Amino acid sequence: MTRNPTGGGDPTEETDTDSETETVATAVADAGTEAVSCAGLVYAFGETTAVDGLDLSVHDGEVFGLLGPNGAGKTTAIRCITTLLPVPTGMVRVFGHDTTRERMAVRRLLGYVPQQLSADAGLTGRENVVLFARVFDVPRKERAARVEQALAAVDLTDAADRLAKTYSGGMVRRLELAQALVSAPRLLILDEPTIGLDPIARTSVWEHINAVRAATGMTVLVTTHYMDEADQYCDRVALMHRGRVRALGTPDELRRGLGERRGAGKNGELPTLEDVFRDIAGSGLDEQSGDFSDVRSTRRTASRVG
Amino acid sequence: MSEAPVVQRPVSAERIHPRGLDLLVVPPQARTGWRVLPARVGAMCAVELQKLRHDRTELYTRAVQPALWLLIFGETFTRIKAIPTGGIPYLDYLAPGIIAQSAMFIAIFYGIMIIWERDAGILTKLLVTPTPRSALITGKAFAAGVKALIQAVVVIVIAALLGVAMTWNPLRLLGVAVAVVLGSAFFSCLSMTIAGIVLTRDRLMGIGQAITMPLFFGSNALYPVAVMPGWLQAISKVNPLSYQVDALRGLLLGTHAHLALDYGVLALAAALGILSASSLLGRLAR
Repeated sequence: MTRNPTGGGDPTEETDTDSETETVATAVADAGTEAVSCAGLVYAFGETTAVDGLDLSVHDGEVFGLLGPNGAGKTTAIRCITTLLPVPTGMVRVFGHDTTRERMAVRRLLGYVPQQLSADAGLTGRENVVLFARVFDVPRKERAARVEQALAAVDLTDAADRLAKTYSGGMVRRLELAQALVSAPRLLILDEPTIGLDPIARTSVWEHINAVRAATGMTVLVTTHYMDEADQYCDRVALMHRGRVRALGTPDELRRGLGERRGAGKNGELPTLEDVFRDIAGSGLDEQSGDFSDVRSTRRTASRVG
Repeated sequence: MSEAPVVQRPVSAERIHPRGLDLLVVPPQARTGWRVLPARVGAMCAVELQKLRHDRTELYTRAVQPALWLLIFGETFTRIKAIPTGGIPYLDYLAPGIIAQSAMFIAIFYGIMIIWERDAGILTKLLVTPTPRSALITGKAFAAGVKALIQAVVVIVIAALLGVAMTWNPLRLLGVAVAVVLGSAFFSCLSMTIAGIVLTRDRLMGIGQAITMPLFFGSNALYPVAVMPGWLQAISKVNPLSYQVDALRGLLLGTHAHLALDYGVLALAAALGILSASSLLGRLAR
């Protein structure tokens, strides 16, 4: 607190540099090179337990899908991983850094695209990306070139100097991707990146994610409730229901697993991820799928995209 | 759908060719220590100026209200001569008060703006960057100050056209600018502090309405403190708006002012405002 007189009053806000080095050393020994490791994470909003004992490991370099219906606890888990929420019970680490005690160190490693369309509509595409270059300390002489590369990576070079409010939903998502990429994050976190987009824009967003990942080798953690996307684009997926991971593996493993238990289906086709999910969640999905505010915020995002 | 996902990814990766991504693989060198805060404040201020440059409508529409105060209220009360102003025309007396008032009215909207940015995801995303909360708040406070400065210019020009004799001494005008920016910083932070407590736009709108008028009428913007009843004088004593008006009046009209005290109170209020607003900002993301 004394280092930063105008800083926040939240005592956990700024990390203490001296204790940080020690924590890093022990954490690295514990967690190895896992991009994300959660152990026994519990988070409750008053009476509602959103995350109820979450254990999760995301390996370095993979595309990991966190799947589940509205209200499964995906977004709360993401908020704990991104340091937006404190971790009251359990442990969350990003590349060995504790998300409660080493917030600044964790934030430096993250590129985050929230569920809402979060680009600033009152700025041009380029200005949106420049802001993120600046808050991640990209030096002035390198800034223009780096921003240009980020914009080029998502095919927005031609539209860069238009205000973001003139962009289509898919373009805004790509712009947000550029904002996240400009700091060369080791972990890219995308919360429902294709919500409300038409199929063509969805494919385009995913193709850009994949192309950038192929070129940079970064780890991608994505939440979605579109099972088909997860099946197609994720290396491994975790199916989340009522605050816990109920199944984990590659999409193929999960589908084969269910296929073997059920016996071969018609024409020998494997069940889809959606079938796997129904099998795990059982009945009662409809009553549990998100409260009023979840649905409202999802609809708001969808209407802004469309 | 039944094809292995491993096959599909390279195909899609080939369709888009990200050429020259070399810079996007190297993380930038992090600033450390004392250099972080000023750099972030600079970035946030630059963004606010860019937004103002892209959309100036608000600047124009905001100029209407102070103009009406001067033209209607000011001209009328100048004729009535009911308010003891210490020998100067009432319109002259009023002009600095209107500068402070219009600056406060702009600043008090910043809480609503920050809740809107939270709902839109803009704030959430910035909170996940290595940016101290205080830098985000200071950027907003600065933007409120810039908008208020433009208002101040409008009021000074209108007042000059109405024949108010104000100073054109550049040093004094610089002092006016500092007082306006500090006052705006305090009131925008007050509003953002309340936003951090009440968390929703609806509640904040009600509270904003409820505190704006008492702050305005419980100050020396329209009439001297001496004519107020005792309890209102007490409010005026703890109201930073009164100190701002005192400084503006002293600088612009040359009336007797307590400049050291005025700037001291304004600077302290702005610092406390930034401190409290930034400590509550994290609540908005939960």
